[in-house]
Parts: sequence; structure tokens; C-alpha cells
Amino acid sequence: MSLVNAAVSSAVTIAEKRRGRLGQAIYAGRPQRVIERSFFALKSSTWLGVVSGFVEPVFYLLAFGLGVGQIIGNMTDGAGNPVSYTAYIAPALLATSAMNGAIYDSTWNVYFKMHFAKLYQTMLHTSLGSLDVAMGEIGWALLRGAIYAIGFMAVVTPMGVVTSWYGLLAIPAATLIAFGFASVGMAVTSYLKSLQQMNWVNFFLLPMFMFSGTFFPISLYPEPIQYVVMALPLWQGVEMIRGLMLGIIDGALFVHIAYFLLMTIAGLIFTTRRLTALFMR
Amino acid sequence: MTSDMIIAKDLKKVYGDFVAVDGINFTVKQGESFGLLGPNGAGKSTTMKMISSVSKRSSGELTILGKDPDKFGPEIRAHLGVVPQKDMLDRELKTWENLYTYGRFFGLSRKFLKPKVEELLAFAQLEEKRNDKVEELSGGMQRRLAIARGLVNEPEMLLLDEPTTGLDPQARHILWDRLFRLKEQGVTLVITTHYMDEAEQLCDRLIVMDKGKIMAEGSPAELIKKYSSKEVVEVRFGTDKNAQFADQLKKLADRIEVLPDRILVYTSHGEQTLEKISAQGMNPVTSLVRRSSLEDVFLRLTGRTLVD
Repeated sequence: MSLVNAAVSSAVTIAEKRRGRLGQAIYAGRPQRVIERSFFALKSSTWLGVVSGFVEPVFYLLAFGLGVGQIIGNMTDGAGNPVSYTAYIAPALLATSAMNGAIYDSTWNVYFKMHFAKLYQTMLHTSLGSLDVAMGEIGWALLRGAIYAIGFMAVVTPMGVVTSWYGLLAIPAATLIAFGFASVGMAVTSYLKSLQQMNWVNFFLLPMFMFSGTFFPISLYPEPIQYVVMALPLWQGVEMIRGLMLGIIDGALFVHIAYFLLMTIAGLIFTTRRLTALFMR
Repeated sequence: MTSDMIIAKDLKKVYGDFVAVDGINFTVKQGESFGLLGPNGAGKSTTMKMISSVSKRSSGELTILGKDPDKFGPEIRAHLGVVPQKDMLDRELKTWENLYTYGRFFGLSRKFLKPKVEELLAFAQLEEKRNDKVEELSGGMQRRLAIARGLVNEPEMLLLDEPTTGLDPQARHILWDRLFRLKEQGVTLVITTHYMDEAEQLCDRLIVMDKGKIMAEGSPAELIKKYSSKEVVEVRFGTDKNAQFADQLKKLADRIEVLPDRILVYTSHGEQTLEKISAQGMNPVTSLVRRSSLEDVFLRLTGRTLVD
């Protein structure tokens, strides 16, 4: 066995290649290796948890779109054109689907890895940096959100709810939503210290899901409340995807994109700092 | 590159008001097996974390392989193998996957890792368990897996925090044997332990730590020679009676330690001293003559036993 001589350079030369680069103390350029580990973990995990997060929005679509929608009749979209109720809520549920996927991984799973599995300590014993770990874990949560979004699109498109070719852009948009939620989700989770506190996440998410223009337009609210809702990330996501799926492309779209880019970057910075503070003290 | 693997000068770590490591100095040379001996809370694990470059020092100097861990964390960690106190294995993964993914974290290629993982499975005697999940492994197997994992990047220095705590005697001996082999291959070992027999078995040189400070430094034999006598007679008279014989015993020995359950009589000729004890009419319930150990060194230095 050649533990000392023959290939000793490999791990070391790989690490030394990054010498002198910006952020070399926190970033080794390998978040994809953290994602790879998640694929291994997924192989031996139960698929039920993965599937449940995906079917939930589909059930909502069936119950409200096909059920309640029959009673309601048509809605009007942002440009004043009539749309079926199913077509109105489908984009909102797609945004929710992306959010659910991202949040599930970046809250419960991250909490478990942080406090019970001690996975991040282990990773940080290698030549990975805290930004690699943050990006890898957020990247995984983002992938999950994106996969939920693709699955959701596959289910709803045959129902005729996508009325524009821009609708295809709903998938990258949903991925961006997942990125934002995953990134902030992991940052928030890093501050939570008990499972009770973890429930606060749900306490916040459920009303946001109900009232972010998901099932009815926010113009029904008094004006001050409208502004509160508009500040919430899910409303931003719902509006972004609704615009794309119904083919209403305007300046607001770029505001929504900027909102999620900002959310993503802020989440990444906070998560990296927290990982450093928690596990490299 | 220098042959000094670690240089610590006035190294300090403070958490809030608590001084975990209080200005320690030591050097670890290449190929050496270096021990940090001390009771729980002595600052061993904190020192270990600073060496692992996952914890920032509060003050003082620390150089690992010629580099400052504050600036070159990931780069230094590429040279190190870490076996943490709680194995921290990936319980979502199987044995083989634990080794493979850990190697991938270092950026190692598939081509390199495939044979490497096989080699490590053989080294850790876990070939049969490659497809088992971590919880299906025994404590000793888990510890061996943790050591194998620490070797995946072919480190020049392996850091082991309490490597045999919680293992049964047989598992400990298997583990010691594996560590000896590494040492023979020239891997520098840094080991924390609160077992003196482990320190005597594994360490060429060690520091004795207590309350964040270094109490003594040297090889196990040097320390015993310097701080203890060659042999020790342990006598028990019964819990209430031990103290009353103390004065009488003191005259027969270089030094004595009165512990709650027994008296340790330090002398160069144990059997002779024990004969004298009987001749003077003292009849201990049990008596034992043994060689001095690091436990005695620690007792001498701190007035306390290692495992309370």
C-alpha cells in the first residue's frame, strides 16, 4: 500500500490549484461533489417523501381547478382576457410546487444533516469550503424544486392550461424560484435550534400559500395588505409564472426575476457565513 | 518543505469567557506518533480542531505543514486525514459509498478512487460489509470505517480524536494494529486519548494536558522516569481505614498518593516494599505490585486521576 509516496500529490495538487484565488479559504470549486453525495443518499432513501411533495399541488389543481372552478366560471388575466379558473391557478401551483421541493430539502433535510447527521462537519474536514457545502446543498434543493416543476408541467399541459409558448419558460422560472427558496430556506434553518422552531416554517408557509394570489387576485384585498402580499416571495413567483404561462410579458417580469436573484444571493451569503460560524468556530 | 508537521506557539482558544486552550507550545515532526493525553475537558479536542483547520485560533501561532490554517484551510485539509471523536459517518450511505463520496469531496477522480476504496476496505477488514449501511456495522467496524475514510486522500498526517473510546478490548487491539501499520508506512499520527495504556502503546512522544495547559512533555518512558518511580504498590485497607496508614507508609516509599479507594506507594522495588509493609504489621485487604504508568504521571502532575 502506498499511503505516503505514490499518489500523495493528487488531493493536494487539486487543492493547490486554487491557491491565490479569491475566497480560497471558503471555496474549493466543488459544490457538484456535494450534490453527487445527495444522489447516493437518494438511491437508498424512500421515494414516498419525494413523491408526496410533488402530488400535493396536483391535488390542489384537481380539487380547485376542476372542482371549485366549475362553479366559479372564468377569471380575467392581467391583460383583461378571460381565462379558465384552472388556467388561472395552475401557474400559482407550479410556483408552489417549486417552492415545496426547495423548502422541504433546505429545511427538514438540512436541519437533520446539521444537527443529527453532522454531515457538514464531516464535509468541512475535507478540502471543501463552507461555500462549496452551501452551494451544493442549495443546488440539490433547487434540483428537487426544478424536478417538481417539470413534473407539474407534464401533468397540466395536456389539460390545456398553458396558452402561450412562453409557457416553456415557466420551467426555468420555477427553477429560479426554487433557487431563491432553497437558498433562504437553508439560511433560516441554520438559525433554528429545535424541532418546535422548525414548525414556524410551516406556520409561515401555509398562509403564504393561501393568500399570495394563488387562488384569487390580490386586488380583492385592501391596498395596504396588497403591498404586504407583494413583498412576499411566493406572490413574486406566482406572478412571474402566471405572466409566462398566459403569455403576458411586461416589465414586471424583470422585477420578479431581480427579486429572486437577490433572494438567492442573500441566502447564499448568509448560509455560507452561518456554516462557517457553526462548524468552523 | 519542513519536516515539522505542526508548530504551535502560544496557541490559544477562547470561547466567550471560557479559555479552552491556554497558550500551549509544541512541535510534531514528520513520521512521529504524537499524543495529547489528558482528562475530558483538558482542551485536547479543541487543539485537535485547530490542527484540523476547522477551528480558528484565538491567538498565538499555528503552522501546519508550513502553512497558516486561517489562510489555507482547504489546502491544508487536503494533506490531512481526520477521524473525529464521534465517527460522524454518513448514515444515509453504505460502507463503500461512505469512502467513495468522501474521496470525491477532495476532488479525487473516479479512476483513482475505485481501486483506492477497495484497498481501504481491505485495510479496514470491511470487504464483506461494502454494501451494508452504517448502522448495520458494529462499533469497532464503524471506527475502522472512519479511519479508512480519513485515509482516502492519502494524508501525510492522520488526526485521531479518542480513537478507541467505547470499544471493547478486542476491537481496540485490532485498531491499534491498524494504526501501527500506518505508522510503519510513515504516516504521522496525532492522537488524543484519556487512556494511558493507549498513549503508551501508540505514542512516541506526548504532551500531558490539563485545563488547557501543557503539564509535561516527553516520551512515555521519559515521563514515567521523570515524574514517577519505577514501580508502584497499590494497597487497600478498606475505604475508611486507608487514611490512617498514610503516615506509616510514607516512611517506606519515595512518595505516596492516598486515593479514596486505595493508596499508591511509589518505590523502586515493589516486592521488597510490600514485604516491609507486612513486616510492620500493616495487613492490606488487597495488594498489587505493578510498573509505573502514565496514569501515575498524570496523578503526580495534577493530583487527579485521568478517568474520574
